[in-house]
Formats: sequence, C-alpha cells, structure tokens
Amino acid sequence: MIPTYDELVSWLPELLSGLSISLQVTALSLALGIPCGLVLALGVLAKGKGTRILALFLVEVGRGAPALVLLQFIYFGLPGTGLTLGSFSAAVIALAWNTGAYTSEIIRASLQSIAHGQREAAVSIGLNRFDELRYVLLPQGLRVALPALLGFSILIFQGTSLCFTIALPELVSRAYEIGSTTFRYFPALLAAGVLYACISIPASLLVSHVEKRAGSHAQR
Amino acid sequence: MTAADFLAILRGLPLTIALTMGAFTAGALLGIPLLAARQSRLLPLRFVSMVLIQIVRGIPPILWLFIIFFGLGMSYVPISPFNAALIGLSLIAAANMAEIYRGALASIHFGQWEASRSLDLGRWSTLVDIAAPQVFRVALPSAASYLIGLMKETAVASTIGVAELAFQGNQLSQSTFRGLEVFAIVGLFYVLLSLPVAWLSRAADAYLQAKVAR
Repeated sequence: MIPTYDELVSWLPELLSGLSISLQVTALSLALGIPCGLVLALGVLAKGKGTRILALFLVEVGRGAPALVLLQFIYFGLPGTGLTLGSFSAAVIALAWNTGAYTSEIIRASLQSIAHGQREAAVSIGLNRFDELRYVLLPQGLRVALPALLGFSILIFQGTSLCFTIALPELVSRAYEIGSTTFRYFPALLAAGVLYACISIPASLLVSHVEKRAGSHAQR
Repeated sequence: MTAADFLAILRGLPLTIALTMGAFTAGALLGIPLLAARQSRLLPLRFVSMVLIQIVRGIPPILWLFIIFFGLGMSYVPISPFNAALIGLSLIAAANMAEIYRGALASIHFGQWEASRSLDLGRWSTLVDIAAPQVFRVALPSAASYLIGLMKETAVASTIGVAELAFQGNQLSQSTFRGLEVFAIVGLFYVLLSLPVAWLSRAADAYLQAKVAR
C-alpha cells in the first residue's frame, strides 16, 4: 500500500513538477483575484446603483457556483463564443474569479469594521476619496482582513486540484497518470496527498498563529 | 437550450441532494465524537484527533475521492462511485463540523461552567443540558454556511462518475457543444439550491435568538 523507495524516487520529479504548476496557478489567481476582490468590495459599497448591481452579480455568481463549474464554464463554455483559452489560463481566470468573489466579502467586512470616525476624520482633513482609501481605510482594513485572506489562500491552493478536470497537468493529474500507467493508484495518490498536506498543514498552523497575534493586537 | 436539455441536467439534482444531505448528516454526527476526542483530558487522544482533523482538511476533496475510489476501490475493496463520494465527503464534513463545534464551544462564557459546577452538576449533565443547547445555537449559522459549501463541494463527485448536476452538465455540453449555456444553468441550479438553506438558517437563527433574548 505504501510506495517503495524506488517508486518514490522515480515518481518524485513528475509529482514535484505538478506541484509547481499547482503553486503557480495559486500564486497567479491570488495575485489577480485579491485586487479584483478589492475592486468588487468597493463596487458593492459604491453609491451608484449600476455599479453595485454589477459587482453584486459578479460576487454572487463567483461564490454561488462551485469552483468546478466555473472552471468548466470558462474552459468548455467560452470556446463557444469564439474565445478559446489554454487550460492554464482558464484555470487562472476561473480561480481568480472565485478568489475575487470570496475576498471581496472578506475585504468588505473588514472595511466596514473600521470605526466611522476614521472616515469622517479623513473627510475633515480634506483627503479626496482615493487618498482616504489609500492612507486611512486600507492600512486598517487589510490588517483585519489578513488572517481570513491567508486562510482563503490555502483553500485556493487546494482548489487548484479541480484543474484536473480541464486537463491541466497539476499535482492530482500527475498522480492519477502515474496510477493509470503503473496500476499503483493508492501509493501514487497517497504521495500526492502527502505533498498537499506538507504545504497546507504548516500553512494552516501559520494562519492560526497570525490569527492569534492579530487578535492580541486588537485587544490592546 | 430545449426543455429536454433542461430535464437532462435536472436528472442530476437527486444525487446532488442525496450526497449533500448524506455527507452533512454523517459529518454532523461524526463531528461530535471527534470534538469529544479533541477536547479530551488525555493528551494522546487530543493529539491523535488534532492530527486527524488537520490531515483530512489538508488534502483537497478531489484527492480524497480519488484515494478512496481509485486507490482503495480499484485495488483492495471494490466500491461504487456514489459510496466512495459519500464516504469521502462525510470524512471531510466530520473534520470541518468538529472544528465548527469547537469554535462554538469556545464561545461559551466560562461563567456557565462555573455556574454548573457550583450547582453540583455532573460532567455529563453540564455538557448535555448546559453546553450542548448553547453550542447548537452558536454553531447553527456556521453549520448552515458549511452546508452550502458542502453542496458545492459535491460537484467534485462528478470526476469519479457520480451522475450529479455537474456530471450531467458535462455530458450535455459534450453532446451539444453549448457549454456556455449548459454550465451557466448548472451554476444557477447550485445558486438556487443554496437559497432555501440560507433562508432556513436565517429563520432558525432568528427563532433561537428570540428564545434566549431577554
């Protein structure tokens, strides 16, 4: 049941290159998705009705539909409109949309948690709306949002495993491939599981540490 | 998009609901002993359950289903796709529900424990009569949002061939080449399914809050 040493040595390069693709997709979708989340959060809080409805629609679809369906919608659905994407870019776009939708809620909640006096103070010293956001709201809001954003990043890292369904050669696809050629499914999948756990367990311990520290900051 | 296409997607609905409810019920029940072990006075038990929860949550759901269906099913004990998905999702739900219960338990004011000790209540009746009702009320909103999350998670069962919503959508998009509409409708179904859960949880929460409000 457990992979032998020789098997591990021969599988590891394959698995690690799959892991590196998973990590690339994670990094890119977070780098694209979190700024989108900020924009969507501001859109949901905006005064204009049109902006608010558009932002709400994007957030609700991005959160309401399973990430798997978003992926397939973009990879199998968009070619129908004449826009064909490779599996890597489709994965990044779908997961970035998912990230944007979830993080917009995290960022919105943290912006709303800032005391109202801060906004009034920013207006009264004559900051325009952009400077108010940049110097007053974001530095405070992002500190509140940080633990939740980090926790969500782990979920997106795990979510890259869904890219198996659109034929992206990431970690799960590699393990499955090894399994189907050698018929050693269990050991190959187990090895992939250990690799996932090696990243997400330390990461989640780190997140709970950050959470505790952020909490102690707020209590002072 | 014809009515027949629509019905074809709709055929996946019962399996999505069955998987969601099955895994959630199993998870909500299995989460209780897991929580008990996590809060136990015995260090080894506490440690083992913590490691177990971390491992279950640290591996993506799709990989769990593969490990159970391909890893165990193909080589050791034959298992049907539905059962494999149900077992995998129940496992994940149990770990997550245990964490939800734990969060709710931690939110109980320590005065409650002191009060029940000063009333000379035993450990069992403190837990069952004092803590459990409060934990249930606090855990309800997070459990409901987890239920919605779990429902979306069941879409991964399509990868091992369980004929639920995402699977039917996939089949239909391959036969009609109209993935855009098909997946939009599949996505819509998931959103529609989550609405009654969200509504019920809000109603139940309001009812329970009103009961304890002074």
